[in-house]
Amino acid sequence: MSEATVIDQEKLTPEEKAIVRPPLVLNERTYGWIGNYVSSIVEAKTPIWWWVCLLPCVLLTGVLGFCIVYLIATGVGVWGNNHPVGWAWDITNFVFWIGIGHAGTLISAILFLTRQKWRTSINRAAEAMTLFAVVCAAIYPGLHVGRVWMAWFLAPVPNANGIWQNFRSPLLWDVFAVSTYFTVSVLFWYTGLIPDLATLRDRATTKIRKFAYGVLALGWRGGNRQWRHYEMAYLLLAGLSTPLVLSVHSVVSFDFATSVIPGWHTTIFPPYFVAGAIFGGFAMVLTIMIPACALYKPLHDLVTINHVDKMCKVIVFTGSIVGYAYIMELFMAWYSANPYEKAAFWYRAFGPYWWAYWAMMFCNVIAPQIFWFKYFRTHLVWVWIICQFPNAGMWYERFVIIATTLARDFTPSAWGQFHPTWVDIWMFIGTFGLFGTLFLLFIRFLPMICMFEVKAVLPEADPHHGGKH
Amino acid sequence: MEASTEMNVAGDPQSQTYGVAAEFDTAAQLFHAAEKIRDAGYKKFDVFSPFPIHGMDDAMGLKRSLLGKLIFCGGLTGFLTAVCLTFIPSSFIYPLIVAGKPTNLFTVPAFFPIMFELTILFSAFTAVFGMFIMNGLPRLNHPMFNWERFKKVSDDKFFCVIEMKDPKFSERDVQDFLQSLGGQNITKVQED
Repeated sequence: MSEATVIDQEKLTPEEKAIVRPPLVLNERTYGWIGNYVSSIVEAKTPIWWWVCLLPCVLLTGVLGFCIVYLIATGVGVWGNNHPVGWAWDITNFVFWIGIGHAGTLISAILFLTRQKWRTSINRAAEAMTLFAVVCAAIYPGLHVGRVWMAWFLAPVPNANGIWQNFRSPLLWDVFAVSTYFTVSVLFWYTGLIPDLATLRDRATTKIRKFAYGVLALGWRGGNRQWRHYEMAYLLLAGLSTPLVLSVHSVVSFDFATSVIPGWHTTIFPPYFVAGAIFGGFAMVLTIMIPACALYKPLHDLVTINHVDKMCKVIVFTGSIVGYAYIMELFMAWYSANPYEKAAFWYRAFGPYWWAYWAMMFCNVIAPQIFWFKYFRTHLVWVWIICQFPNAGMWYERFVIIATTLARDFTPSAWGQFHPTWVDIWMFIGTFGLFGTLFLLFIRFLPMICMFEVKAVLPEADPHHGGKH
Repeated sequence: MEASTEMNVAGDPQSQTYGVAAEFDTAAQLFHAAEKIRDAGYKKFDVFSPFPIHGMDDAMGLKRSLLGKLIFCGGLTGFLTAVCLTFIPSSFIYPLIVAGKPTNLFTVPAFFPIMFELTILFSAFTAVFGMFIMNGLPRLNHPMFNWERFKKVSDDKFFCVIEMKDPKFSERDVQDFLQSLGGQNITKVQED
């Protein structure tokens, strides 16, 4: 028997039934149904709910735009960042959004390399989420440089001052890591879209659609002489994205870990940041996929309860790694016998930001443990509610790492607290508007399920299906 | 075998023939057809499917794609670019001493992230644009698109075409051959 799943379960012995994989697509859907249904989401008349959701998102994006213009026109001082908390909500939000993006690349690349075929129905939306999250993230360090018109100093180009970038600085590594990550994610996403854009082109009835999808599909014909290069490119892009995604959050963690501030200067940061990113990212994938599938009910045959169940298992697994890292940090602070290190963690738990620390602990370590119970992994309302804890908890984690550490460093004379301004708050809310706007546009104009990959995991896609084997 | 009937023609009957194409219902049929076309000694042919079919390269007698080797070259270029980008300014042109750290070869661990990122970036560009070039994309038209039924290739139908450029090509033989393989709607596809 090949890797394909078996449909006629009745003919099997009980032993065989135990090892047969459950079908990835339910209700014996055909190629035609998958193509028709997924394309019809894009081709149908714009539903009312879409406009209802788009309006607040666009308004919030407008608020974000206003805040950005106000900040550039006035100065970075409109944020609450001030001595000693020079990195505050802006870097918190940057790390938060970048982290969310990681689940998309994990699903599209790492699960591809490990031959996890269930990824096919969720990878498109998850990759889109990656791109939009990175767009939201990139706003913050771009503005944090202060004089935005000098941001080109980040790029390694010769200039009249005879100054080059300090390539030993983790902040410059970050520039390279994040811009590479965004570029490669766009390439990977677009490569995956080409065959599906060809489907939309071939189905198009209006002139505008024919032109737009025709140009975007680049003349794809689905010949095997094309598929063989295509599959090689896709495989290698997955192979390249895998170390890339692990490196990006490691480099982000170097921003902290290579400094000498107590609470930041630890070697555990890279793996702990990567696990946290996957943890928070999967929660965000579920947060957006569950409502999307509830609006388009037949998608439940493609994104099944089995998918949700698996993603919840990833959440509880990575959440436990994060919990282990938190406890290990405390242990190392004690074991190091360094009074500053000990004090940093004491202030995290019992200092002025104790509420953020315990919110983080509860949301990231305790709340997701409920996913050990199958009932909570398979009931969508519960899954959605529980996923909000990691979403919030991962923001708190970054806030705890950044703000509590800076607020209490070596000498009490340098201590201080951070208070967000209205610009801080509205910019953060505004990025959710931007994220929502981009995601709504995506589900309206592009197929949110990777049609050709889902077709390829149907049992009849196996060339030996129904044969003599 | 019954005698061949007149074939349908897709495209302008006045222009040159591109090839003779047939339609199949399942991936398995297309797979076995490809094996037989390969065994019959045809070289200039292609099979079309809504998704990549596992093992089709062997069935068609195609070798492994060269793209992987090309991407290695791309990655190497990226790595060397990063080596130059970091060492030339930081060690030779504008050595900048930060926190008393060395500016010579010993500084290399600090440059690893840049080298890694540029290796990945250049490889990814090579993968995507190399794939486009090897596939002849973007290409906004192709003779196969003259055939109305071919639109189903991105939906749920499977096609194959034997091109006129093939040395063994003869319209009548190919038509009979495709019919014997179980191909339906056998059609002569014309160039533009």
